Amino acid sequence: MLAKLAQRRNVALGRRAILGLGAALTGTLAFGRDGAHAETSETSPPADAPWSQSIGAGVVDRPYGKPADFEAGVIRRNVPWLTAGTESSISFSPLQHLNGIITPNGLFFERYHAGRPDVDPDQHRLMIHGLVERPLLLTMKDIVRFPSVSRIHFIECPANGGMEWRAAQLNSLQFNHGMISCAEWTGVKLSTLLEEVGVKKEARWAMVEGADGAHMNRSLPLDKCLDDCLIVYAQNGEALRPEQGYPLRLVVPGWEGNVSIKWLRRIKLGEKPWYSREETSKYTDLMPDGTSRGFTWLIDAKSVITFPCPERPLSGPGLYEIRGLAWTGNGKVKRVDVSLDGGINWQTAQLHEPVLSKALTRFSLPWRWDGKPALLESRVIDETGYVQPTIAELRRQRGSNSVYHNNSIQTWQVKPDGSIFDVQLG
Amino acid sequence: MFSWARRGVPGSMAALLATVMAAVAAEPGHFGYGTVPTPQQIAGWDIDARGDDGVGLPPGSGDVSKGEAVFAEQCAACHGTFGEGEGRFPKLAGGIGTLKDDRPELTVGSYWPFAPTLWDYINRAMPMPAPHTLSADDVYALTAYILSLNNIVPNDFVADRNSLARIKMPNRDNFLWTDPRPDTAAKPCMSACADPGAVKITSTAEGKDLTPRTTGPLDDMRAK
Repeated sequence: MLAKLAQRRNVALGRRAILGLGAALTGTLAFGRDGAHAETSETSPPADAPWSQSIGAGVVDRPYGKPADFEAGVIRRNVPWLTAGTESSISFSPLQHLNGIITPNGLFFERYHAGRPDVDPDQHRLMIHGLVERPLLLTMKDIVRFPSVSRIHFIECPANGGMEWRAAQLNSLQFNHGMISCAEWTGVKLSTLLEEVGVKKEARWAMVEGADGAHMNRSLPLDKCLDDCLIVYAQNGEALRPEQGYPLRLVVPGWEGNVSIKWLRRIKLGEKPWYSREETSKYTDLMPDGTSRGFTWLIDAKSVITFPCPERPLSGPGLYEIRGLAWTGNGKVKRVDVSLDGGINWQTAQLHEPVLSKALTRFSLPWRWDGKPALLESRVIDETGYVQPTIAELRRQRGSNSVYHNNSIQTWQVKPDGSIFDVQLG
Repeated sequence: MFSWARRGVPGSMAALLATVMAAVAAEPGHFGYGTVPTPQQIAGWDIDARGDDGVGLPPGSGDVSKGEAVFAEQCAACHGTFGEGEGRFPKLAGGIGTLKDDRPELTVGSYWPFAPTLWDYINRAMPMPAPHTLSADDVYALTAYILSLNNIVPNDFVADRNSLARIKMPNRDNFLWTDPRPDTAAKPCMSACADPGAVKITSTAEGKDLTPRTTGPLDDMRAK
């Protein structure tokens, strides 16, 4: 009865509703997500909008939900000129449109070395062998039976910000900082699995390896494996996305993302590191004197203002809330300071709960903008007392060719028209 | 956890129980899930060769001239006939002595510290469209050819599990394998931290035309 009534009403309203919605859609899409939504007489007071005078789609219209069509521009993006192809490449999370500390699964940044494999979970196996008492071959069904834990941690590619070592290049929050994402991971502690196989006393290192075409492998000290590493099968409440290692990945909290091997298929214990390609020719830091650093796993403390930013400029003088994210591989964020004048004076921002170890942490500061030029910066201090450095300080130590681990302070230049630019200060 | 002491369990008993429980939890096979892999299963996946000493390299061998032929067929399309790299694909040869330069060239010859790592990487990850499909002999031959392109081995070099482990790569001694960070120890100054006249914009992304668009469909911009 209700359905019949609704159907009759929809037929009557149909043409007008479709026309109205069409106008609204066209307006929004034409302006892009950042533009003002089209204000038409049909969707603004005193008129009722078409969606207020019709019945909407029913349950299971979309059995697996998706964002509103109006959010179509909120996507991972890449820098096409950066890499030879997309199979060994990166994409960036749209931090300018994200709120809170959890990255939606469809927007988690991607890093592949041989593309994204489609792994059949029924055929996937995890082998643990080497210097162990009892080698083990586990199916996914076996793995989910182990005691499970859930932890919120960020994963950051150490090359995040790597294009800015020499100078400001990319006018974008997404492209300069979007190789970080944060999720709630569920799985089994690696220490539980290592206890199950029995670690031989001469073992000091683990080699972890993926089932992708790169057979991506890295060495990890056994101490870290036993401390807080997780073998996870779920991300924000659902199975891992293929992009993040479905059906099984390693999460190494607080360390460079490359060691959190995706599509994990093998763990081998040994007495020495393996010195694989990914920890010798890549993911090493070339210093100005020609020497290089290897095994630089830690993600140093870092923060960035996510509003305003080049993608989200200011719309005239008035009161704003400066918002941002801070994180550190050392543990918890202790404090974030914000400067409006390029680092001459600082004010302490408010941290937002939850403040979790090795997770993204939100901060904010109210700001009444007078319409004059400004240089916005944020600076994090972590629980070890480590203070995020300026790019000039960092460059004095590392030069411009170390590619990885650029955790320097980001400066956003605010122009009188409200536009924002990525700049570096001397 | 509840406290044994509060429930009247003597301290020594509590300690004993704790020891027993810890021992049970740490006992291999406690959960009993999964199976013990067969030697054949382990052998199929146990593909790693260790970089610094070549442990794990399999039997077999390959020389430079065979490597040149395999390279032309399997690798040259991306890496160039002489390892010079096509487009943005990695350059494999040259650059020795450039690591202190403003624009250093990081190649197998100029940067990689260990020769067995080259065998391991080609074996596990190359050729990119069909990784881990080459024979051990072909991988040895390719390793020999790439080392010869970098003038690290003579043209009659034969790569095998012993010869690769003996090679000393030019950049071998220039890696520090312990992390010396933190690099900076700034104090968090709060006011008048710099002379306002000294705060100058030294570079800006404005007008550089390097940034793909961040609204609408994906950008396909190519190198300028």
